[in-house]
Amino acid sequence: MAILHRYDAVIVGAGGAGLRAALEVARTTPRVAVVSKLYPIRSHTGTAQGGIGAALGNMEEDHWEWHMFDTVKGSDYLADQDAVEIMCQEAIACVYELEHWGLPFDRTPEGKIAQRRFGGHTRNFGEAPVRRACHAADRTGHMILQTLYQQCLKHEVQFFNEFHVLDLLLEDNVCRGVVALSLADGEMHIFHAKAVLFATGGFGRMYKVTSNARSLTGDGVAIALRRGIPLEDMEFFQFHPTGIYKLGILISEAARGEGGILRNRQGERFMERYAPTLLDLAPRDIISRCMYTEIREGRGIDGKDYLHLDLTHLGREVIEKKLPDITDFARTYLGIDPVREPIPVQPTAHYAMGGIPTDVHGRVIRDEKNTPVLGFYAAGECACVSVHGANRLGTNSLVDILVFGKLAGRHMAEYIRGADFAPLPKEADGPAREECARVLASNGSESVARVRETLQREMMDKASVFRTQEGLEAMLAIVKELRERYRRIRLQDKGKIFNTDLQEALELGYLLDLAEVTVVSALARRESRGAHYREDFPQRNDAEWLKHTLAYRLNGEFELRYKPVVITRFQPVERKY
Amino acid sequence: MRVQMKIKRFNPERDREPYWAEYEVEVEPVDRVLDALEYVKWHLDGTLTFRRSCAHGICGSDAMLINGRNRLACKVLVKELGSRITVEPLRGFPVIKDLVVDMEGFFAKYRAVKPYLMNDEPPPETERRQSPAERARFDDTTKCILCGACTTSCPSFWANGEYIGPAAIVAAHRFIFDSRDRGAAERLALLNTRTGVWRCRTIFNCVEACPRGIDVTRAIAEVKRALLFSGL
Repeated sequence: MAILHRYDAVIVGAGGAGLRAALEVARTTPRVAVVSKLYPIRSHTGTAQGGIGAALGNMEEDHWEWHMFDTVKGSDYLADQDAVEIMCQEAIACVYELEHWGLPFDRTPEGKIAQRRFGGHTRNFGEAPVRRACHAADRTGHMILQTLYQQCLKHEVQFFNEFHVLDLLLEDNVCRGVVALSLADGEMHIFHAKAVLFATGGFGRMYKVTSNARSLTGDGVAIALRRGIPLEDMEFFQFHPTGIYKLGILISEAARGEGGILRNRQGERFMERYAPTLLDLAPRDIISRCMYTEIREGRGIDGKDYLHLDLTHLGREVIEKKLPDITDFARTYLGIDPVREPIPVQPTAHYAMGGIPTDVHGRVIRDEKNTPVLGFYAAGECACVSVHGANRLGTNSLVDILVFGKLAGRHMAEYIRGADFAPLPKEADGPAREECARVLASNGSESVARVRETLQREMMDKASVFRTQEGLEAMLAIVKELRERYRRIRLQDKGKIFNTDLQEALELGYLLDLAEVTVVSALARRESRGAHYREDFPQRNDAEWLKHTLAYRLNGEFELRYKPVVITRFQPVERKY
Repeated sequence: MRVQMKIKRFNPERDREPYWAEYEVEVEPVDRVLDALEYVKWHLDGTLTFRRSCAHGICGSDAMLINGRNRLACKVLVKELGSRITVEPLRGFPVIKDLVVDMEGFFAKYRAVKPYLMNDEPPPETERRQSPAERARFDDTTKCILCGACTTSCPSFWANGEYIGPAAIVAAHRFIFDSRDRGAAERLALLNTRTGVWRCRTIFNCVEACPRGIDVTRAIAEVKRALLFSGL
């Protein structure tokens, strides 16, 4: 028998978007629960390093319109401009709000929030880099996560820690709650709710080299797909230029914001050839492609598949004071002192621009006519508003989680006031139970680790920075074969208590679903835009492809539909830096 | 290189007592202990259970006792330890399964020090001002990731589980010395009890255990000093 809970609002995921939404709902409704498969302060928001973009203008002139332009241009004109406008305006209030809640931002000599340069953020519509990223050393995300969690404690938000959500209760276009497995004792819990918000994060674990935590397996996104919700723009996955070689651990763009330079085996600052104005602070999609090109043309360090991030000219003071954590990473994992030696880096799978489609109120939408699902919300990386379009600018993920966490929470609170608890489906936990039972009973010869390793290796090879028809078709066949192998897995842990063997198997199921949608969406888009680069179609093609993908899975088959991009202030033009 | 992993295991569904299990693992010298644990889980014994997430020392999930010292498994490299690696759960917390311990009591103590900014004065339209020097005053204690390595290395905590412990004092310090906060007196009073800061015997285990390099004992001493001179 499942254990039943009733809350007005259930928030799934305890990263920045989930906690910010919880705080907003908790202003007006006391019955809010946050359900997370981790302890809240373990969430991946905590690993964001460099800063949060907001046009405060504390260091030099800045305007939210400039931030908006940079975001739209960075998105390769695929972002919905109505949503970007809201985000860049609201960013300012959201940053002040964090400060009022105690976030320890670094300060200017006059005591204001300090700001630094970041990739793609410019003054006066592209003239030169601008200092817009508000920072707390290089642990800005850590401080955001802690501050939001602390505020949740103050407002007595209820937490269900280490509860893994496995199903969404959705019938007749009305959301009714979620089903979750309690890791500690293996019991199934039903959360009956008037409204549910998914803030479950990204799914970088589908790639071999990634900055993403082990937990980022796209659970919420895959569950939405399985429940009939289409996924938007899944072909766009960002590779961050500077992951530590082989490990993928992120070296913040703040390193380049503070003056760091990328160099090839000849010691050449190669970005001078590709982006003469912004150089090493060009957007991430562009720099990652340039790095792959350098490596392919034999200019990787020692001819290998990595390049150098050179900070040595910045001096010990800047490196240790402004970039203490990444200095520590380089020393711990590479035995390298960035004060004296360059850091070996390669692009690392970092951020999903695509996800569960929502409107600017965080309401999940179910079709190309923007029809909302009643009582179902999403925010943060798992969602696609879309403010990032084909490529997200650095710092804008933190802006996104705060602004749309808040707006989604606000709309949820309003919705809850006018809504009743819709009845639960019969045996609401049946499908989740059956899935667990099937995985536990599966008695083949395959291992979760081997299937996952193959998926990650092949996705890295065939569906990452450079893509071709041939490679994507091969990848599609591989995913289908991996699905077959997944049906024949065998777990060793069949117990109830803290069964992470089961958890990893369920997560692999989500990753396989999302890898397939990514590849199907990428195959269809016969153009290059932002992070999606097709070697066989290297040009952007606005006439045919200035539109969002919506991928449905109906009876196991994918169907792709499209919806227009919202363009208000900035007409698409060629993107140069 | 080949490494001998000796892991303290306990599954309450199966075992009456904890026991030691040994595994031979093939790893690279630059691999983390976490990589070695995952090798065991993924290729030798899927029942081995531990927490992990970010794998680079920020999320705080994988604190454990490694060769006799509290470390994050993702922040210690195999080559630092040699060919024999011993792993046990953190000491002083109830074991749920293998290396997974019950952290509820630990977080209850964190919550007890009211770890949030207290200030009822209406905030300005923009940011509250704070000088770089005021900001630097509490910088060290903002680094805490609540992994539990300090508290579970503390002999005073082992001797008396009611002791609030270094991690909660670090959390209190972060606010007591923040120029924007008005809750110092309230927090100092909470810490001025039989289970508060005075149980710290300045043994410095916490400093050695902290994976974030926080000078924990110094932070505790500053709280003690604030109490002595606050007139409470």
